[in-house]
Amino acid sequence: MLDSALEILRLQNDGEATAVEIASAALDAIEASQPTINAFTHVDREVALAAAAVVDAKRAAGGKLGPLAGVPVAVKDVLCTHDMPTTCSSKMLKDFRPPYDAGVVERLRNSDAVIIGKTNMDEFAMGASTENSAFGVTRNPWNTDRIPGGSSGGAAACVAAGTVPLSLGTDTGGSIRQPAAMCGVTGLKPTYGRVSRYGLIAFASSLDQVGPIAWSVPDVALLLQTIAGFDRRDSTSLNLNISRYSDGLESADLTGMRIGLLRESMDRDGVDESVRQATLTAADVFRSLGAEIVEIDLPHNDYWVPTYYVIAPSEASSNLSRYDGAHYGHRASDISGDDELGPLVTTYCRSRAEGFGDEVKRRIMVGTYALSEGYADQYYSQALKVRRLIKGDYDTAFGQVDLLLGPVTPTPAFPLGEKVDDPIQMYLCDLFTVGANLAGVPAISLPAGLDASGLPVAVQLQAPVLEESRLLMAGAAFQTATDHHQRRPSATRH
Amino acid sequence: MTLSNGYPTTTVIGLEVHVQLKTETKLFCGCSTTFGAAPNTQVCPVCLGLPGALPVMNDAAIELSIRAGLAIDCSIPPMTKWDRKQYFYPDLPKGYQISQFDLPICADGFLEIPDPANPEKTRHIGIIRAHLEEDAGKSMHDEAAGRGDTRIDLNRCGTPLLEIVSQPDLRSSAEAKAYLQELKLRMTHLGISDCEMQEGSLRVDANVNLHIEVDGKKIATPIVEVKNMNSFRAVERAIEHEVDRQYDLWEDTGKTIEDETKTTRGWDDGAGKTFLQREKEESADYRYFPDPDLLPIRLPADRIEAARASLGELPAALRVRLENQYGIKPYDADVIVNQGPALIAYFETAGTKSGDGKRTSSWIQQDVMRTIKDREIDIDQFPVSADELGELLRRVSKGEIDNTRARDVFAHMIEHQVTVEAAITALGIESVDDNELESLCKELLDANPQVVEDFKGGKQQAVGSLIGQAKKRNPNANPQVVRETLIKLLQAM
Ligand SMILES: [Zn+2]
Repeated sequence: MLDSALEILRLQNDGEATAVEIASAALDAIEASQPTINAFTHVDREVALAAAAVVDAKRAAGGKLGPLAGVPVAVKDVLCTHDMPTTCSSKMLKDFRPPYDAGVVERLRNSDAVIIGKTNMDEFAMGASTENSAFGVTRNPWNTDRIPGGSSGGAAACVAAGTVPLSLGTDTGGSIRQPAAMCGVTGLKPTYGRVSRYGLIAFASSLDQVGPIAWSVPDVALLLQTIAGFDRRDSTSLNLNISRYSDGLESADLTGMRIGLLRESMDRDGVDESVRQATLTAADVFRSLGAEIVEIDLPHNDYWVPTYYVIAPSEASSNLSRYDGAHYGHRASDISGDDELGPLVTTYCRSRAEGFGDEVKRRIMVGTYALSEGYADQYYSQALKVRRLIKGDYDTAFGQVDLLLGPVTPTPAFPLGEKVDDPIQMYLCDLFTVGANLAGVPAISLPAGLDASGLPVAVQLQAPVLEESRLLMAGAAFQTATDHHQRRPSATRH
Repeated sequence: MTLSNGYPTTTVIGLEVHVQLKTETKLFCGCSTTFGAAPNTQVCPVCLGLPGALPVMNDAAIELSIRAGLAIDCSIPPMTKWDRKQYFYPDLPKGYQISQFDLPICADGFLEIPDPANPEKTRHIGIIRAHLEEDAGKSMHDEAAGRGDTRIDLNRCGTPLLEIVSQPDLRSSAEAKAYLQELKLRMTHLGISDCEMQEGSLRVDANVNLHIEVDGKKIATPIVEVKNMNSFRAVERAIEHEVDRQYDLWEDTGKTIEDETKTTRGWDDGAGKTFLQREKEESADYRYFPDPDLLPIRLPADRIEAARASLGELPAALRVRLENQYGIKPYDADVIVNQGPALIAYFETAGTKSGDGKRTSSWIQQDVMRTIKDREIDIDQFPVSADELGELLRRVSKGEIDNTRARDVFAHMIEHQVTVEAAITALGIESVDDNELESLCKELLDANPQVVEDFKGGKQQAVGSLIGQAKKRNPNANPQVVRETLIKLLQAM
């Protein structure tokens, strides 16, 4: 069984398995699943086994081992790794090998984790289906005709496929929680600033946050413990002590906790009945655990998606400027033939035209427009104002309740190709998740059952800033009372 | 001013001055800012804008900007923030420059400058703002290789610049120069910048146009921005050139500010002309927005006040004090103050010790500064300490050593790095006994009856020829004392 980090740590401690054995099992599983699932963009068996061998040697020598010693961890391909390519699943960066590690990758290495490879994603983390990847689509292990969600589709699918116990995703508008929900695993977006963004290739800097994906809450807590904390190289990183996230999860007690049920938002068109039912059932579970459920509303809910789709593309249009073929990224080989623009501008134009996919171009266009002179007041500045109102809604809500409960996604995983040509439909996948990013609060996606066709359905808990412990406590209690997180896709069951 | 056979014209000039802050490291990373390193050796993921790298604010740049702002009477707002200015350029690796848009670190100041047209008066030049920004890299066009290659050196990327924007209050090239001189003096005096124009640590853009008065109506010519001038002389010449050019152009075409938006011109120093760089394209849309990677910075009042308290005496006040305290002329006080704090301190120490400010000022301006220039050293490295120079000049003032001998002593001190006392001993200089001197003078008068005769005949200057002889016979004889003794003896004859 390779699906629990805690179990892997125990096996090694008890001498039942070595890190190399565990890593090779993971590598074999990846190799077997890759043709169907395609969760990875890069796996180097030798590098991974060498890292595992170092852990075994350290253990043999009686050295002090880090908290993730010998545990295989997959890393989303938007996080810089000095010894592996970092592509953002874009043609633009297909040959990019950063000379440095991201802050979270450094922490993984320091904790003696075995970084097993880089996972597939929507190009530059833009998308909700992992169909916008220059390395091909990732498929949902529960049903390979379905999308795994996005943009951390590979990060969620590699866990769901049983290849690694832990993976790191990034969440700008729901990119950890939505694929975790669709792949039936647990994913957490931490408070903005809780985890370093140094070495995370930026999509929308004020929204991006790195977070853990695993089957169960204790594993998520373990990985969060490793990656959270201050990094002086990221000015938005919070210089505060972090809680011990794993403590007390077994005995979590929800007595007296007030949980706000975001009922109104569930009653809109396009929200699948299975999602509504799962959320209401989850509310009953929490009630049975001693929590008080109150119905609550976040009044500016209707503005979440439009606000997000102004702010995120605006920042993206700026962050992606550096990929111009001169400094970074793919350079067009043929720049002749446009005398009017001159060789420099032609290099920029052709390189970007060839290097970026449609969705990335669409968002660069939207962002450039929203920031442009004469429109910035109408769109960008307006969006910033609404963002403050949205934050205000959260503050008000958290004055009344300890946690918010609601759906993660409007529907379970949809068929591949269904929404590729309808960006607006695709953007509505973020309906329930973007609020947490706009407000900077932490949120977790918890498996909450299967729909009639056997696809995972999930619920989301949101907490006030820095209250990751509260989310993990509630999540652990929920998972003690239910077995949704123990279901495995039949095709890849071990 | 009225141009020859033209209408009365006012020249309107606003300057944008980029001052490179004297920090050890760049604005957002730990890379060195040293000038002249081999290309691309002072770079890291942050200043290269590598994917995933993030900027971290250098607090030293904030501190220097606050000091700079206070030195030009700006207010320092309680909060300042960072914005991205977007444009594609080969020298700009991120595709945007981190700058300040609507909340600059310094706002609304002024600079009092001497009025070049009237030495009795000063001119009050408003300063709109000063904002902090990162510098871009440098493109080197390799024309010589014949392939038109361009190589990019990113060493300069991320170097902190303070852009100081004046009101269009300047009215002549001379005023522009006076403004730049005063600004440079304050920046160097406070250690904010080296202001080395040759190294690009001070760069000037000038916005120039004319207000022409025609039949009581004011007509403005289109504004021209002359970019990136690298000497004060160039700024002056470019402005003068623009005044003539814009007037002629207006006469030819009649185009006013309403007909044409701002154009950008460069300065060709060899040709003595400005040349068109960018013509009235739509004004660039930089799509400014707050940089989400950097948090706004709070600047509490006590921090500003601490900075203000640390500024010490600014050059204008310092000049007046030196004039009063040491009895030197305004011109001399100006020269000394312009040399910066280290030389001012040297002057003050030496002047106090010597008790003769004028003599000290003249020795420093001639002997000390010449040596410094010849040897290409700083005053800190000057081999004669201020104390020792003061001691030497004290002796000169008291008549113990004459000026000529004092120069020998000074040269000896520089050469051997010894005290005044040791140099005097080494050179065999002794003070001459009065009796000894008198008998020497008597001997000379006895030997030169013609001089005695000439003197009696009313030719006082006749004694001059004997002073040289006395000096030859006793090099330690003070010429002034020899002259006095000879006259005394002659009068007694
Ligand atoms: Zn650097």
